[in-house]
Amino acid sequence: MTTKMLIQLKDVWKTYTMGENKLDVLKGINLDVREGDFIAILGPSGSGKSTLMNQVGALDTPTKGKIILAGRDIATLSESDLAKLRGQKIGFVFQQFNLIPTLTALENVTLPAIFQNMSEEQRIKRATKLLTMVGLGDRLHHKPTELSGGQQQRVAVARSLINNPGIILADEPTGNLDSISGKQVFAMLEKLHAEDKKTIVLITHDIHLAKTAPTIVYLKDGIIEKIEKNGKHHRP
Amino acid sequence: MKKDYITIPLKEIRRRKLRSWLTLIGIIIGIAAVVSLITLGSGLKNAIEGQFAALGNDKLFVSPKGNTFSPGLSIDAVSINDDDLKVVERVQGVRRATGFATTTGEVEFNDISRYFFVWGQSTDPEDRELIGESQNYKIGVGRVMEKGDENKVVLGWEHSQDTLFEKAVELGDNIVVQGKKLTVIGFLEKIGSPPDDRSVSIAIDTYEDLFETKGELGLLIVQTEPGEDIDVVADRVQKDLRKARGLAEGKEDFNVETPRQLGAAFTTILDILQVVLLGIAGISLLVGGINVMNTMYTSVLERTKQIGVMKALGARNRHILTLFVVESGLYGLGGGIIGAIIGIGFAKTVELLMQTFVGPAFLSISIDTSLVLGTLTFSFVVGCLSGIAPARQASKMSPVDALRYE
Ligand SMILES: Nc1ncnc2c1ncn2[C@@H]1O[C@H](COP(=O)(O)OP(=O)(O)OP(=O)(O)O)[C@@H](O)[C@H]1O
Ligand SMILES: [Mg+2]
Repeated sequence: MTTKMLIQLKDVWKTYTMGENKLDVLKGINLDVREGDFIAILGPSGSGKSTLMNQVGALDTPTKGKIILAGRDIATLSESDLAKLRGQKIGFVFQQFNLIPTLTALENVTLPAIFQNMSEEQRIKRATKLLTMVGLGDRLHHKPTELSGGQQQRVAVARSLINNPGIILADEPTGNLDSISGKQVFAMLEKLHAEDKKTIVLITHDIHLAKTAPTIVYLKDGIIEKIEKNGKHHRP
Repeated sequence: MKKDYITIPLKEIRRRKLRSWLTLIGIIIGIAAVVSLITLGSGLKNAIEGQFAALGNDKLFVSPKGNTFSPGLSIDAVSINDDDLKVVERVQGVRRATGFATTTGEVEFNDISRYFFVWGQSTDPEDRELIGESQNYKIGVGRVMEKGDENKVVLGWEHSQDTLFEKAVELGDNIVVQGKKLTVIGFLEKIGSPPDDRSVSIAIDTYEDLFETKGELGLLIVQTEPGEDIDVVADRVQKDLRKARGLAEGKEDFNVETPRQLGAAFTTILDILQVVLLGIAGISLLVGGINVMNTMYTSVLERTKQIGVMKALGARNRHILTLFVVESGLYGLGGGIIGAIIGIGFAKTVELLMQTFVGPAFLSISIDTSLVLGTLTFSFVVGCLSGIAPARQASKMSPVDALRYE
């Protein structure tokens, strides 16, 4: 396989220090995210999934180890370069939707594009298209409080796509949704992977959903227990 | 800067209506105070300068020291008299000089007795004209005092109303001044200050009989020859009068003043007053600024998660900083706009009240656009400055920590 490497974690450790106590949350993680991957991360609560996702998304820096994003070690990047890279290359979808309450669906979707200086005309055109794609073409001017949970999460998916990133990172995107809305959102991510060739990294508790992913990473106590690809088992 | 960095904070401000109003109060009060004080102050200054300018630039005033230019407010130990008048009349460059005496006297009408300022003045037409010009009054009804009018009286405007004696005095009525019955021959036009509008003017000879004075004058009014430099003439008057009264230089017991100096004395007092009041308004603005800062800190804390989300979506530190500083600046600007409107409204109301109850010439304000724009800019800057520290705190948050915040 000669697919392009997007994000590479090399022996990543994350240690939280609280007074006297040290807590190793990630203990030497090695993970490659390549173009076109669809990775589901599975693991018990507290195993470090979100912490890992924050490392993958360059929201946080490791205590030890290296993270290579778009060919560059993130430790060498300035805050503003990192923010720019994050804004351009990665789209985030969160469990709690995290829409800005004062902004309409359309404005929420355009927000990341403002930080990348996209022109207003282009932003609105793209955002309208994306919202229509997620089935919310008739809810453009609704505030988050005027939308159902499933609709809010679809707005969040549209928002993650506005800057046309290669990778979508989704931390339990279906965790706060009923099963039907959850399936809709999951199907949407699968479609983005299959048709738009987006790379997807997804955290989920739902084993049935995870099983449909081509790659499954099992995390336990900050260690990758196993990586399952297309049903085949790989020991790290 | 793109307009999004204004519209997004604006939506935030609009969302928390009550808190936004409370935040604005300090700035509103401060700016309202600044705008109304400056507007009223300069209106008053203009009015005063206008009054003194109306005197013309050919008149000097000589008064006993300790006496300000308020007609006979106090009878000083020092007095100016007929002899001084004669000295002044002979000074080179003086065209004419006259004087008048003034004191409080008992006035009786309609079986009511009250005390008012009584003026004794020359009945010579030219002297009378000079006094009329210098005191800014004109006859409104009836006629002026003439030679041989020893038993006549001219009254201030308010006597023609029923407010002083329960009944309006009319032309031809008799009133009793210090026990002497005098016939009313005229009323002055409304001037706007109660001492003037309640004045009682009689011939100087009658005045001297009634108050048992001889030659004493409260104020000399000196008119210079056309083309003479008023300040040069003022110096000469000062010098000659000093000599005649046998005083050393610097030890004068009298003042020689030009209208410009008189006006300046008033406006200086006004300036000092204005600086003090503006200082108080400044404190209110400072408190307003701190208020905005407090709101911004609360706001940053409340929106910690939102800041984390924005950072995850690619917002750089300076984007966050801009959003919060602008939000804070908008509080300042909003408070400034509302404050300026209230301040102008207040100044206009005071003007209207003054013009209705005191007189049209008393106060005339004009809205100074550069003042308004200046205060708006200032309030915006105060808002921005108050927001810098909270905004820096927001911009420096780590994205993960901010995202975890509940
Ligand atoms: N800022 C922090 N300071 C201290 N400990 C932290 C911090 N962030 C996370 N942890 C700890 O790290 C561990 C892993 O947390 P993480 O959120 O990654 O778990 P998770 O696998 O995502 O769990 P869940 O499925 O419940 O979301 C937890 O024990 C948590 O208490
Ligand atoms: Mg988690």
